[in-house]
Amino acid sequence: MIKLLEARGVGKRFGGLTALSDVSLTINKGEVYGLIGPNGAGKTTFFNVLTGAYIPDDGEFVFNGTELPTGKPHLVVQQGIARTFQNIRLFGQLTALENVMAGHHIRTKAGLWGILMQSKHAIEEERLTTERAFELLKYVGIERFAHTICKSLSYGDQRRLEIARALASEPQLLALDEPAAGMNATETGQLKVLIEQIRHDGITVLLIEHDVKLVMGLCDRVAVLDFGKKIAEDVPAVVQKNEAVISAYLGGPKHAH
Amino acid sequence: MNELIEAVPYLGKRNPRLTKWLIIILALVAPLIAAYFGRSWMRILDFALLYMMLALGLNLVVGFAGLLDLGYIAFYAVGAYTWAFLASPHFGVHMPFWIVLPLGAAFAALAGIILGFPVLRLRGDYLAIVTLGFGEIVRIFMNNLNHPVNITNGPQGINALDSLNLFGWNLSQSLTIGDFKIHYLYLYYYFFLLCVIGSIVFIKRLQISRVGRAWAAMRDDELAAKAIGINVRNMKLLAFSLGATFGGVAGGLFGSFQGFVSPESFSLMESIAVLTMVVFGGMGNIAGAIVGALALTALPEILRNIALPVQEALFGTVILDPEVLRMLLLSLAMILMMLLRPAGLVPAHARYSRPELLKGGA
Amino acid sequence: METLLQQIVNGLVVGSVYALVALGYTMVYGILGLINFAHGEVVMIGALTALQTLLILMGVAPDMAPLLKLAIAVLVAMPVCMILGFLMERLAYRRLRGAPRLAPLITAIGMSFLLQTLAMIIWGRNYHTFPQLISTAPMQPIPGVFVTPVQVAIVIVSALVMAGLILLVTKTRLGRAMRATAENHRVAALMGVDTNAIIALTFVIGAGLAAVAGVMFASNYGIAHYAMGFMPGLKAFTAAVLGGIGNLGGAMLGGIVLGLVEAVGAGYIETMTFGFLNSSYQDIFAFVILGIVLIFRPTGLLGERVSDRA
Ligand SMILES: Nc1ncnc2c1ncn2[C@@H]1O[C@H](COP(=O)(O)OP(=O)(O)OP(=O)(O)O)[C@@H](O)[C@H]1O
Ligand SMILES: [Mg+2]
Repeated sequence: MIKLLEARGVGKRFGGLTALSDVSLTINKGEVYGLIGPNGAGKTTFFNVLTGAYIPDDGEFVFNGTELPTGKPHLVVQQGIARTFQNIRLFGQLTALENVMAGHHIRTKAGLWGILMQSKHAIEEERLTTERAFELLKYVGIERFAHTICKSLSYGDQRRLEIARALASEPQLLALDEPAAGMNATETGQLKVLIEQIRHDGITVLLIEHDVKLVMGLCDRVAVLDFGKKIAEDVPAVVQKNEAVISAYLGGPKHAH
Repeated sequence: MNELIEAVPYLGKRNPRLTKWLIIILALVAPLIAAYFGRSWMRILDFALLYMMLALGLNLVVGFAGLLDLGYIAFYAVGAYTWAFLASPHFGVHMPFWIVLPLGAAFAALAGIILGFPVLRLRGDYLAIVTLGFGEIVRIFMNNLNHPVNITNGPQGINALDSLNLFGWNLSQSLTIGDFKIHYLYLYYYFFLLCVIGSIVFIKRLQISRVGRAWAAMRDDELAAKAIGINVRNMKLLAFSLGATFGGVAGGLFGSFQGFVSPESFSLMESIAVLTMVVFGGMGNIAGAIVGALALTALPEILRNIALPVQEALFGTVILDPEVLRMLLLSLAMILMMLLRPAGLVPAHARYSRPELLKGGA
Repeated sequence: METLLQQIVNGLVVGSVYALVALGYTMVYGILGLINFAHGEVVMIGALTALQTLLILMGVAPDMAPLLKLAIAVLVAMPVCMILGFLMERLAYRRLRGAPRLAPLITAIGMSFLLQTLAMIIWGRNYHTFPQLISTAPMQPIPGVFVTPVQVAIVIVSALVMAGLILLVTKTRLGRAMRATAENHRVAALMGVDTNAIIALTFVIGAGLAAVAGVMFASNYGIAHYAMGFMPGLKAFTAAVLGGIGNLGGAMLGGIVLGLVEAVGAGYIETMTFGFLNSSYQDIFAFVILGIVLIFRPTGLLGERVSDRA
């Protein structure tokens, strides 16, 4: 097994509140890795420090053998990590297609001069971007809304669109923050198929999810956070029976949807 | 162009081709129509084109990139004063336009970057105030840099600027072809029209490109834009400096056309006026900037011509002078537009992609 | 030395007026996250209304005691401004609460220019002399340092007004409701606070303070005109940011500090720049300070850290 991402003793505090403390974990290439825990356990915060939205107070991330820069989201994406948001964050005035095209930004190079002069290279790149974006819409199954302003898409479709946008940056690791939140059973089923497809296509997935069934069905391994600490890490079946995990969930609010 | 066609009520949707030709013809014969009403209307038309360039540039910053710049007129000032320094008797330097205009644009872009570097991390509303402050600082310097060394000639401004001389063809002298005499205001009109069309083409190309999408992305959600790998700081700087470039070019043209620059032309009210044009037409779309600039340059003048005689007739004196009318109009336009029609007069959906590039057509 | 002391005195006086205006900015910002650009214009309306009242009083009751006249003028200006503040919130800002973030700001800018234009229509473009009803005969508490009674009055009155505001906000139920609303509208509403009323009230109180500040400005400089509010408004906003926006104590501190920096700076800018810049550049200080604070310490002197949630 090849290590893709390694978190080493990551810590993050907000004033007096410790959102993450000494979290270490390793994600291997090609797996679906689950990150679960009660509300406020620090899962989203883990994403935020990983992707450079926040600067961690301690520890570091090693990705593909090199240390990730902190606090520089665009460089993290460049390295091959893409994310979605728990509370959907699309570009409201753009169509679905344009959202995905924007996601491809980092993999394109046309400069100001090329764009203003409409150089051959710029035109060709623009065409490729458009086609690739459309392919990705097909991939997540919403190509019929390609030219719809993203705000008017249904909730579930917006979530897929966010995934497509993230995929457009050609990541090796895709970090999904509660992709099934607010979805009905059918939509969740389709999402499961999509994530399996993504894994099949060679992209490693880091998944935050409250939907126990989804996590158990999809993940190769699961880590559990509670009050910012990792309290367990194993295959789903074992984690499910872990005493500490059970009491963490019983102690906090329940989440089985 | 398509946006502009759609913006034409009724006809735009029914018969886009006809509308297109109507717009083109109108743009070409506009000065003839204006001339019918008098010379002053031709000047107004020329100014409308300058304002269009400004509105297009500011729209790029405010509408595309979502950065509220209240000091935009400072870049116009930089362009105009560059012209005044390098093409007037003030320093006795008379450089040709193809040096001065690009230099003015470059200085303006530089000013944009200098201002941008420190302030672009600020939240939207803070940015607005700091840019406003920048505009005021520039104006204070223009007003006071006549001592101890006289650089700007202070509040009096600089006179007798060189007019536009296109490789030996002086635009401020009427052109005579045979018996036919073309007044210089026409020449400026068509030259400015070319500049506006050039600006539109460039801006449209930017809009439908990775850059335009990156701007729109960070305008709509900065955090998400970062999360897809957009270097937000660089993109903001780019927007700022490109917007400033348009301001700089327009400023140079203004200097050459007016023949005279003084700090008074670059007051905060002018920044606000250009912003109102952008807001009035519709933030983030090119047609909006054009329509806004045209409407808000022409409207005060029309009001001036109607309201003044009416007031004379009714009250025997002028209660609201033209300047007051203009301010009233602009401020009301800004408030009412935001309250009643925030998408602007021309709420066209700005497009950031070319769907026709898809093979299947989709 | 005397010049320095003199500049400090002048700075303190102007600063305490800035502080009053800054409070209005900071309260509105704290509760709505909106820079109410038009707040400076409320100051102007306050001054001009007071002027108008004084002119009328001088016509009707020329023998009235000057202080009484001034008091009446303030008492007229305050409700006028309060109504203005109320109307602005009610007719414009309230409708824009859910709007895209630039909309309220642009409206506020429009509002500011609209008020200036209206004032220009009502009172004309000219500078008006504002009657100096409190003596401006300079006293010399320290030889070489001049202080006028009107300056003393300004400092005392603004200190009193600010103390009153602090009491209101910290000690009363109303103040608690205001703080709760500033903290979180929804939670406050759940706790039974009528947040709309509280927001309107915040505008009204801020406008009342602005009216007082307007009279002070006009009394201090002896003039009033339609554009007199804009620059002080911007400076007061700078003061609010300097102190930490949303923080009442910060607004006061920021006002005083800004007043001092400006006055002392204006006195020394010529020597500092070897005669290149002179006191006509005084207005630059506020903007430079604003820029520096926002870049290096956006939370201001007393502000708390706030971060955008990802
Ligand atoms: N920007 C921030 N400022 C202050 N506190 C924060 C910030 N972001 C998160 N927190 C706090 O850190 C803790 C962890 O939050 P986080 O969002 O990571 O939890 P989570 O595990 O994602 O929970 P949920 O399942 O509800 O999404 C919470 O107590 C939260 O209030
Ligand atoms: Mg979360």
